[in-house]
Amino acid sequence: MYTARKRRRIQLLLASAALLAASTVLVGYALRDGVSYFRSPTEILSELPPATETFRVGGLVAERSVHRQEGGGIEFQVTDGASSVVVRYMGILPDLFSEGQGVVALGTFDGSKFLASEILAKHDENYMPREVVEALKEQGVYRQQE
Amino acid sequence: MALQFEKGAQQPSAIQRPTCAMIEYGHFSLSLAFVIALLQLSIPLAGIRCGWSTWTRSADVLSILQFVAVAFAYVVLTIAFVQSDFSVALVAQHSHTAKPLIYKLSGVWGNHEGSMLLWILVLTLFGAAIATTGRSLSIEMRGAVLAVQAAVSGTFMAYLLWASNPFWRLSAPPLDGGDLNPLLQDPGLAFHPPLLYLGYVGLSVAYSFAIAALLIGRVDVAWAKWMRPWVLVSWIFLTLGIAAGSWWAYYELGWGGWWFWDPVENASLIPWLAATALIHSAIVVEKRESLKGWTVLLAILAFSFSLLGTFLVRSGVITSVHSFASDPTRGVFILGILTLFSGGGLILFALRSGMLAPRDAFAWVSRETAIVSNNILLIVAAFVVIVGTFWPLIAELFMGTSLSVGPPYFNKAFTPFFVAIAVVMPFGAVLAWKRGSLKPAFRLMRVPLAFALMLGVLVWSLQGASGVLAPIGLALSGWLMAGSIFEVAHKIRLGRIPIGQSLSWLARLPRRDLGKATAHAGVGLSILGIAAMTAWQIEDIRAVNPGDSYKVGKFTVEFRGVDQVMGPNFVSTRGEFSLSADGQELERLYPEKRFYPAARSQTTEAAIHETLSRHVYVVLGDKREDGSWSARVYFKPLASWIWLGAVVMALGAMLGLADGRSRAPLIPGRSAGRIARAD
Repeated sequence: MYTARKRRRIQLLLASAALLAASTVLVGYALRDGVSYFRSPTEILSELPPATETFRVGGLVAERSVHRQEGGGIEFQVTDGASSVVVRYMGILPDLFSEGQGVVALGTFDGSKFLASEILAKHDENYMPREVVEALKEQGVYRQQE
Repeated sequence: MALQFEKGAQQPSAIQRPTCAMIEYGHFSLSLAFVIALLQLSIPLAGIRCGWSTWTRSADVLSILQFVAVAFAYVVLTIAFVQSDFSVALVAQHSHTAKPLIYKLSGVWGNHEGSMLLWILVLTLFGAAIATTGRSLSIEMRGAVLAVQAAVSGTFMAYLLWASNPFWRLSAPPLDGGDLNPLLQDPGLAFHPPLLYLGYVGLSVAYSFAIAALLIGRVDVAWAKWMRPWVLVSWIFLTLGIAAGSWWAYYELGWGGWWFWDPVENASLIPWLAATALIHSAIVVEKRESLKGWTVLLAILAFSFSLLGTFLVRSGVITSVHSFASDPTRGVFILGILTLFSGGGLILFALRSGMLAPRDAFAWVSRETAIVSNNILLIVAAFVVIVGTFWPLIAELFMGTSLSVGPPYFNKAFTPFFVAIAVVMPFGAVLAWKRGSLKPAFRLMRVPLAFALMLGVLVWSLQGASGVLAPIGLALSGWLMAGSIFEVAHKIRLGRIPIGQSLSWLARLPRRDLGKATAHAGVGLSILGIAAMTAWQIEDIRAVNPGDSYKVGKFTVEFRGVDQVMGPNFVSTRGEFSLSADGQELERLYPEKRFYPAARSQTTEAAIHETLSRHVYVVLGDKREDGSWSARVYFKPLASWIWLGAVVMALGAMLGLADGRSRAPLIPGRSAGRIARAD
């Protein structure tokens, strides 16, 4: 009885180890496409990312840069104080999107414009995405808000 | 913040006088509860150590007293919210006189301090429940369980009293409050946190049982019988809480998605996965006295995961779109608590788990093996979610890069394991204990299997080659539902004996078996909704002018215009859409954009045309320069079943709970004596 138990335990351990290895491989594989890096406008312009890579850009929505276009499209500039990129988005903007506020967009950069598939803004008027704060600090334009 | 702009105003102290002293009573009551918790931790443990049963027994009275003291503190805080006593800092920050009563009540837990107080209230409620209903548990075990409960509640009370006290006063109370975040002023969210908390905290009972078992060195049938209902209860609440949160995100955020793999959502999914594993492994302990050590370990893990979830939500270490009450410094405290309880639990497990020997072994093909594979798959799935959730933190700490892990990762890495669980489930459910055979299980399941495969092929040929998601999803859902039906049909011998006799068999079928089939079918229903909605959704975004009429799928949407409506504490811009199909009007839909002046923020209220077979989801966007409005319309087939499936799962668990056999023996003296003697 004791040896049967012991054998079963070893078999189960081996099975779990195999499954864990499989999951680690799967995790590693999925992380390759599931991860999106964050870039500030300055970083995008200094080193153009490949047009196929999906990543996030963040900064402030530049004042008077939001233009709504025919057919529901929207264009605006995202700036980190030193440089800015044009973001193009089809869809409805989050409630707290406005000029002068922090924003993070997910999408691809085609060389001249950032084509956003998603615009993220936290639902809190005091919130500034952490990456945006870092990017603004780097350019020396970040002020601690009241 | 809003607190400052009323600073110069007169103090309206006359109206608030009645609650002035009350607040201090509440504060005192919470401190008293903390002291009681210290006693409840130390006295019973000393009693067990020295064999003084009166000392051990004192845990019962102490845990009831502790609950009463915490409940009093909670009631006092609620009164402060209802009466808008803005001399209390918490009320001033999170309430407003114009807010409807229900949101004043839910405002108590809509913030950090209040939600932690609710957590403690539930924790002590469960402690008191064990003390009053656990008479048949041996005195030793009950004392040890309650002592561990007191350790948990005492730690959280210390945290609340010293680090984030809900009773702290303002020296200069403002005239009106800062209002609850408008997104939280919604019936769906008013009840989402308490449900989740009941779930999280229920797992603390499982944890206390596990630690008590390690302290006393005994895991037996009675132990498993006692722990399982608590795990079931907390699983029901977790399931409903997650469903409520997902439903809220679906209609309130206006993005049309039902799950975003957001850290806050993952925080509730991870303990749910562990609790699901625990429910199943506790059955093995109860029926076969195997997997004892593993079940104890799972109980420790499940509660650790729910603390991890609290840490994620409350600390804001990982940027999330819907963490509302977060503060990094608090994260450090919760991380400390997490380290204490999971680290301590695991060390104790490493030291003492050797004494939990299984009664006997089981064959490869058996219900035990099926449940073990369910457990391994669930824990690996939880591991996948944990890695994805914490990867941004790891990358930032060790690689210095800022990144985020999105839905593509989770969809790729999580789905295979969940599919595997779904494939195993109906087979495992009909295997025999100890030594089963695949042949009868396969014979029983050949019709569901054929049905599922045909369903998959049918969907594949009907929809054309547009992805494998819908065929696989629908086949799996058919497999789970048909499998559950056949399992029950087999047990009541449907077709082999007269139908009337079968029905009486059904009435006598243990509710636990019926509950299992129901819960498994619920998983199938949810998969149906998820697969259909994800694969066949139609999305339409455009700029519309009043009078415009256009097609979305087979529906015609007509935009009729926009007007302004006043709410109790908001102003709403309301669009009017007419939805029709085949020339017949189905429903008028009124999506809104609400502006809350006190909180100075805006929310989107989607309008949804709901039937069991579809949702049409309409969101009103911004007004554009040329006077038109942007509008987003989704057609989502079978969407309701995502949440209805979760409700069916919870119903299944409730059936399991209602089963006489899963409740512990209720004859106080005798069974307690028997358990004590059997040792």
